[in-house]
Amino acid sequence: MFFSAESCCKLREPECGPCSAQLERRMNGRDDMSTESAQNTELQNGARLLIQALIEQDVEVVFGYPGGAVLPIYDALFQQNSIRHILVRHEQAAVHAAEGYARSTGKVGCVLVTSGPGATNAVTGLTDALMDSIPIVCLTGQVPTHLIGNDAFQEADTTGITRPCTKHNYLVKDVNELSRQVHEGFYVARNGRPGPVVIDLPKDILQTNGRYTPRAEVKHRTYRPQVKSEPARIREAVKLIAEARRPIVYYGGGVINSGDKATQELRKFVQTTGMPCTSTLMGLGAYPGSDPQFLGMLGMHGTYEANLAMYNCDVMINLGARFDDRVTGKLSEFSPNSQKIHVDIDPSSINKSVMVDLPIIGDVGEALEAMNKAWSENGNSLDQEGLKTWWNQIEEWRARHCLAYLQDGEEIKPQHAIKRLYDLTSDKDVYFSTEVGQHQMWAAQYIKFEAPNRWMTSGGLGTMGYGLPAAMGVQVAHPESLVIDVAGEASILMNIQEMSTLIQHKLPVKVFIVNNQWMGMVRQWQELLHGGRYSESYTDSLPDFVKLAESFGATGIRCTKASELDDAIRRMVETPGPVILDCCVTQNENCFPMIPSGAAHYEMLMGPDDRAAKPISEEGMVLV
Amino acid sequence: MAYGPNPQVGEEIATHTIAVLVDNEPGVLARVIGLFSGRGYNIESLTVTEVDPAEHLSRITIVTSGTQMILEQIKAQLGRLVPVHRVSDLTREGPHVPRELALVKVVGTGEKRVEALRIADVFRARVVDSSHDHFIFEISGDSGKLNAFTELMGPLGLSDISRTGVVAIARGAEGL
Repeated sequence: MFFSAESCCKLREPECGPCSAQLERRMNGRDDMSTESAQNTELQNGARLLIQALIEQDVEVVFGYPGGAVLPIYDALFQQNSIRHILVRHEQAAVHAAEGYARSTGKVGCVLVTSGPGATNAVTGLTDALMDSIPIVCLTGQVPTHLIGNDAFQEADTTGITRPCTKHNYLVKDVNELSRQVHEGFYVARNGRPGPVVIDLPKDILQTNGRYTPRAEVKHRTYRPQVKSEPARIREAVKLIAEARRPIVYYGGGVINSGDKATQELRKFVQTTGMPCTSTLMGLGAYPGSDPQFLGMLGMHGTYEANLAMYNCDVMINLGARFDDRVTGKLSEFSPNSQKIHVDIDPSSINKSVMVDLPIIGDVGEALEAMNKAWSENGNSLDQEGLKTWWNQIEEWRARHCLAYLQDGEEIKPQHAIKRLYDLTSDKDVYFSTEVGQHQMWAAQYIKFEAPNRWMTSGGLGTMGYGLPAAMGVQVAHPESLVIDVAGEASILMNIQEMSTLIQHKLPVKVFIVNNQWMGMVRQWQELLHGGRYSESYTDSLPDFVKLAESFGATGIRCTKASELDDAIRRMVETPGPVILDCCVTQNENCFPMIPSGAAHYEMLMGPDDRAAKPISEEGMVLV
Repeated sequence: MAYGPNPQVGEEIATHTIAVLVDNEPGVLARVIGLFSGRGYNIESLTVTEVDPAEHLSRITIVTSGTQMILEQIKAQLGRLVPVHRVSDLTREGPHVPRELALVKVVGTGEKRVEALRIADVFRARVVDSSHDHFIFEISGDSGKLNAFTELMGPLGLSDISRTGVVAIARGAEGL
């Protein structure tokens, strides 16, 4: 199975340099790895066993960075053509890139880093993937077995450090167990609630010969997440929903993780019942964003209509979301009069922060399919009069136009910048990633996602520096598509080095910097909570982003006037190769609507003038 | 910081004994302990040892306390750990037998020494080591009995205590 020359190039861009170099070496007879014969019984070293296992797990791309402990793996990678390697510039970016790859394809993302600093640099990415339930397998090098615990060069207790920030991790101690543990690792990452898995590989294991265990022979001893939900619970849910007068669907990233069936069944469910729906930050795209039954995102910076509908509903159907604190606001006043149904594949999500009336454990796609079936079989329909009153109420809230902003004069409002970015790209095959902060919330508010897997953002962990590497991973998976990182000028500097990776691997990612010269969200909170004492939130000494782009070999564009915005966006989209568009916007704009910390859904601030009327409680001050 | 569990629900703190059957693999205990410290749960007692060498299974017994909501979370979080086979809330699921063993060293002579031996006899503690001026008692029972015993030994020259922590098993024919 090791490697026809053609299969390699299909995965790469036409003029891929390293690929043809590898071919040349193969022709010179230095590629002695590829034998089709009886790989299962023949002894191979650990590094080759690993590559073989990755191929069997359908890994096409590995994001990584070499180092002493993983040299045997890099040697094995060099001698094959099935797996493409993307050389990042920092290990954190490798994990975010794998997240972008995974989130936009539904596959498992794969990372390869060395021991010690390689592994510790990956920790932020792993934690991010854990919080957002993204399937990742991260292979880390480790010092040779006999040196473990000896404070050896580039040694770190990787399994110890990553235990709380992975779904599971392994330290491979026997080369004959290596392939089995890799197969198990992929199984764990992919199944149940997805998450990151670390496989720590001591260097001596990589160089020792051992036997391969095929994927088909590996059955996990313990891990069997419940996929099918109990039919009785489904029937109860349908009964509860049928009696509702003010129902709402609140869905999250779990629907996207579950796959295409889940998003299709979600559409069917919402459209057959005729009820409104709202999405978490992670769920955007699971239901078409421009459909009138979609009320927009809910939560801290969600829409007025979504939050008030959540507060006032009588039946809430949570599908693959986890009642995150950004969504619920003040728990004691969270949707106080509703019966709550919660579908989740992870039993620990049930009753974690919000007590629910009807928990349904299982895959949300399966559960929705069963619910749709039960709904139509019994000829159910909602009380039409009640539903009509409910929708009238919602339309009243909607009429507040909570996302309205005033674009006046030549100064570009950040909301306008993102709105225009969306308008001018909505007819294209486009993927968006974001960094973290105000621009992220504006992107979530103003970009309408019609399909799943098109939106990569760091939700749970809120990792600044996520967007650029994530976009990189998306572009690797979708080389022909338009991939845009909506960034802030502060966040982008956290992983700006990846511009170099974009150039090397010919990844034409577009970076749209909403530049207000402030850590905007920090400044917004200082304004709301700390008397406008802007401690360290102004980003002084910013680089010239146009020259910065050019120094990497990319294109830089600056836009400072509203009248030039559309042209600048068009230029960014049409210019081949990576582009940074430095869009200089109004500096003191804040992100609204907003539920201040510690407040309830009905206590939203609609704009800057609302602030004085609703001072933030001391209880709210201590919350993040 | 999260907003914290709903304060209106399940305010009452209860103590539960939870048995967990796990694969005896490296780091499994660290996972369990890390879960408790990382999520701010209490551990009042924890015991672990391999119970099935052929299948490499270990049994962990944890005594913990919290509101009903927290206790349910603890069980769900334990169940979510990959090497965990089964989680059983012995306190919730019916009557069970909890036992603990202690070794208690009492140093003294004369009347105190005689009194220590007398009390040990009442508690059915065994003498497992002695000299002219000390005893080591071995005592087993539930934690309350052990607490009472060590309290009585306090004024009689108690110098050292080693306790195993609680092990427990459900009554009746059903296994874990």
